[in-house]
This record gives sequence, C-alpha cells and structure tokens, in this order.
Amino acid sequence: MIEQRYAIGHADYANAGKVSSQIKSFLKQIGLDPTLLRRIAVACYEAEINMIIHSYGGEITLAMDENSLDLNFKDNGPGIPDVEKAMTPGWSTASEKAREFGFGAGMGLPNIKRMADTFEIQSTQSGTHVHIAFKVNE
Amino acid sequence: MDLRPLIEELNAETLILGHPRVLDRDYTCVFAADLMSDALAMVNSDCKKTLLVTGLQNAQSLRTAEMLDIDTIIYVRGKHPAQEDLKMAAEMEINVFCTSKTMYETCGILYKLGLVSAVNND
Repeated sequence: MIEQRYAIGHADYANAGKVSSQIKSFLKQIGLDPTLLRRIAVACYEAEINMIIHSYGGEITLAMDENSLDLNFKDNGPGIPDVEKAMTPGWSTASEKAREFGFGAGMGLPNIKRMADTFEIQSTQSGTHVHIAFKVNE
Repeated sequence: MDLRPLIEELNAETLILGHPRVLDRDYTCVFAADLMSDALAMVNSDCKKTLLVTGLQNAQSLRTAEMLDIDTIIYVRGKHPAQEDLKMAAEMEINVFCTSKTMYETCGILYKLGLVSAVNND
C-alpha cells in the first residue's frame, strides 16, 4: 500500500500543477501503464487547479494498492453552492485571474469524471471533497 | 510530417530542444488554443504525435502538455515564455518553438501541410 499527502496553498498560482507533476513522475517511475497514467495525470491536474482557483487551500492524498489508485482532494471551503450546475460543461465561476492562467472554461469537473473510473463529490461551505479512483490491474 | 519543414515554414525560433533529434520526428496532429481547460478536455488520447499551438506562454501551458504527453509546443504571436519557464520545459524535455505568426496563420500553414486535428470528432 502506497500513501502520499500533498498540501495545496490558497490561490498558489505559482506552484499550480507541481503536485500533479510529482504524482505523474512517481507513477511513471513505478511503471504504471501510460494510457492509465495519462488519465490519472489529467484528472489530478484538473482537480489541483480547481483547488487553487476556487478554494482556501487543502490537501491531496494518493493511496494505491495492487487493485486501485485513489485520489482525494479535500479543501477548506468555501464550497460549491450548486454541484449539479458545476458539473455542467461550460458552467464556470472562475475569476479573471484563473482565465489568464488558461483555466475557467467550465470543463474541469466533467473532465475529471470522464477520466476516472469512480467519481464522487461532496460539498458544503466548510469544504469540498472530490474522490476519484482508477482500476490499476485490468 | 517531419517537424523540421513545419518549423521552417512557420519561420519559428527554437527556444528549447528537449530531444536532440526532434526536428526529424514525425508529427501528424495539432491542437490550438489559449485555454488549457479545452486542451485537457479535448485532445484525443490516441494522438501521440500532437503539436500544442498556443499563445499562453506561462507555466500552465507546459504543465498541460506534460499531463497530456505532448512533447512539443509552438507559441504564436511572438510569445516568449519567461526564462524560468524555459528552464522548466528543458527539465520536462518539452521542445519549445516560437513564431511571430498569429494563431490563425499558424493553423492555416499546418493544415495546408497536411496536419490534422488532435480532436476526435467521431
């Protein structure tokens, strides 16, 4: 069982994507299938960017055994007022700053769901929790 | 098509050669956008020989390419990434070129030379 934790800072645009890059490098080193690796990397990066753009910061955890890889993205709020709307392609509340960085098309959550084998999201004012999982051995 | 004639046709400057023989490598697909969200959502995973064409010259274009397994970026409108971003591109082994042509002109040239969309519209 592998477990890793990464802190994500509030509006930390300077380091946006670093955690996903580290996770991708690590999973590449241990020889994960490249197609699966690409799906994990894209989903992880989208979720990391979401945390930076929308949240007060939080934590990404990775857990992996021989059957599955789980990624949890837990932030400290302010939460998503309408999760159903946030899952609609093209719907976005991203700031102008986020758009300057190339994000905020409203494609993040739908794309994360498309990449992952399992997708769950819960959100309250005290935080959003996105859990995604991938089958490792098929 | 080999990258070398594409780069010559675009009159592009070489900023980083992540792979020494990249100019002799075959590329077949292009995705062009300034919005990285769109690249992450739309680039076809089967398309291994893809060029990313963008005017977004910050680190997120490099990170996006890294996540998508795209190894070559062409910046348009004369956009030069910052030195620290070029250093990061070299570390990622991403090839970086810059053309003064617009996105429209760049895509037109690449289309005329036979490259196709990296998006599967089927």
